[in-house]
Amino acid sequence: MTILFDEDVQTDAEVAAHGALMGPSPASQRELRAHLVAHGAVPAMDANAVLRLAVDSGLTGHGGAGFPLYRKLEAVIAARGWAIVVANGAEGEPASAKDRWLLARRPHLVLDGLQLVARATNATDAYLYANHRLDVAVLTDLLAERRHAGLDPVSVTVVAAPDAFISGEETAVVSHISGSAALPRFKSPRVTERGVRGRPTLVSNVETLALLALIARRGAAWFRSAGTPDAPGTMLLTVGGAVRAPGIVETGHGTPLADVLALAGGASTHLEAVLLGGYHGTWLTADEVTFAKLSRSDLAPLGASPGAGVVVAMGAGTCGLVEMSRVMSYLAEESAGQCGPCLNGLPRIANELKSVAFGGAGGRRAVDEMLRLGGIVVGRGACHHPDGSMRFLRSGLRVFAAEVELHLAGRCSRTSSDVVLPTAVTR
Amino acid sequence: MKTTKAGPRIVVDWTACDGRGLCAELLPELVSRDEWGFPLIPEPSVPASLRDHAERAIAACPRLALRLAST
Repeated sequence: MTILFDEDVQTDAEVAAHGALMGPSPASQRELRAHLVAHGAVPAMDANAVLRLAVDSGLTGHGGAGFPLYRKLEAVIAARGWAIVVANGAEGEPASAKDRWLLARRPHLVLDGLQLVARATNATDAYLYANHRLDVAVLTDLLAERRHAGLDPVSVTVVAAPDAFISGEETAVVSHISGSAALPRFKSPRVTERGVRGRPTLVSNVETLALLALIARRGAAWFRSAGTPDAPGTMLLTVGGAVRAPGIVETGHGTPLADVLALAGGASTHLEAVLLGGYHGTWLTADEVTFAKLSRSDLAPLGASPGAGVVVAMGAGTCGLVEMSRVMSYLAEESAGQCGPCLNGLPRIANELKSVAFGGAGGRRAVDEMLRLGGIVVGRGACHHPDGSMRFLRSGLRVFAAEVELHLAGRCSRTSSDVVLPTAVTR
Repeated sequence: MKTTKAGPRIVVDWTACDGRGLCAELLPELVSRDEWGFPLIPEPSVPASLRDHAERAIAACPRLALRLAST
């Protein structure tokens, strides 16, 4: 499928002061010349220098888990065999667009970063695992141009990620690039030891790699000048829902959530709740939004995390249960179907929620039952799909507790037919 | 995580498990089954006294879905 490469992601939101990736303007740097004018070439450095930058900068993964890049690098370096590196731009989350934005507007930063981790791990093969909506031919042309210009000593193969919520899960990525279906597998041995075709593999989110490419040019201290001491640097966020200027924004770790909403034009209506971290993420009340800050340590007491940077504002007129019900049904359908508890449990949970969201017929029994079933599915899968789905549901039932009571009384506060949480990428 | 003496833990490869239930029959001290037949292992640490039984259950799994993990 050929898809618009550039125009499909809104990027009009104001760029924060430390807009490392978006600055100096959100304009495209897809042309190699534009990239080199904006950033210059990557300075020559050996494997140890790259590793040292990863350590000194404190760069963590931007795919959701927030794992330190240097520890993955060290694990791959320590493993036996020739390494493989993968830039993960699958972005299966329908509410996220930042990785597509990066691959559309800043592809050369991602590819520079991929070469840096290839150097650090002495890798012989590299892959760009790209969201299904991106045009593989465009990316392949761009790689040919880089190769011709001598920028890519390790050749890079583009692999299209399937259109599935879990296609970016690390073991699913490795399975797909190895020639199998993009399905998660048992986590032992780790992909850093045995990944693509059984070789030690580094799978890193595209934003993480783009940031590494900037750090290589400007240094670890520059990176640490944004964010907080324990969560340095900036992150891209996809801000959607009830805001005036939905789109991609960049901000330092630790930025107040209220400031993030302001960067996206501010709430477009009375704010009821915010979903943070996507469909495996956590709902926050409007009150919590007033003091929440976007770093892992700041959000931990709220049971939340920045995840892969999805922020969705829910305004008055929409119903949290109706929104959650559609998403839970989607998540149940997106189960890879490999693990019994997830395969059997998520559809039952989704149906119980539906019975409360639409008409309230399921009653309080349905609420109790979805929580009981949640207790059975959590922690019992090859990947975190059941765990993340239940985090989304449980936090939503807390935040929308008043709405639950309304539904049990046969009512609903929904007055708008707007869909706030997309379950498929539109257009 | 509970910190009983760091014996080996019994872990399930959920992508392999089909819910046949032999593990629950051979190791009822640790394993029961959920409503779909899949193993429930609330306390996965295997005490020394059950080590032989655990190894027998692991060997008997027709799907090779059980393992002992050291940490």
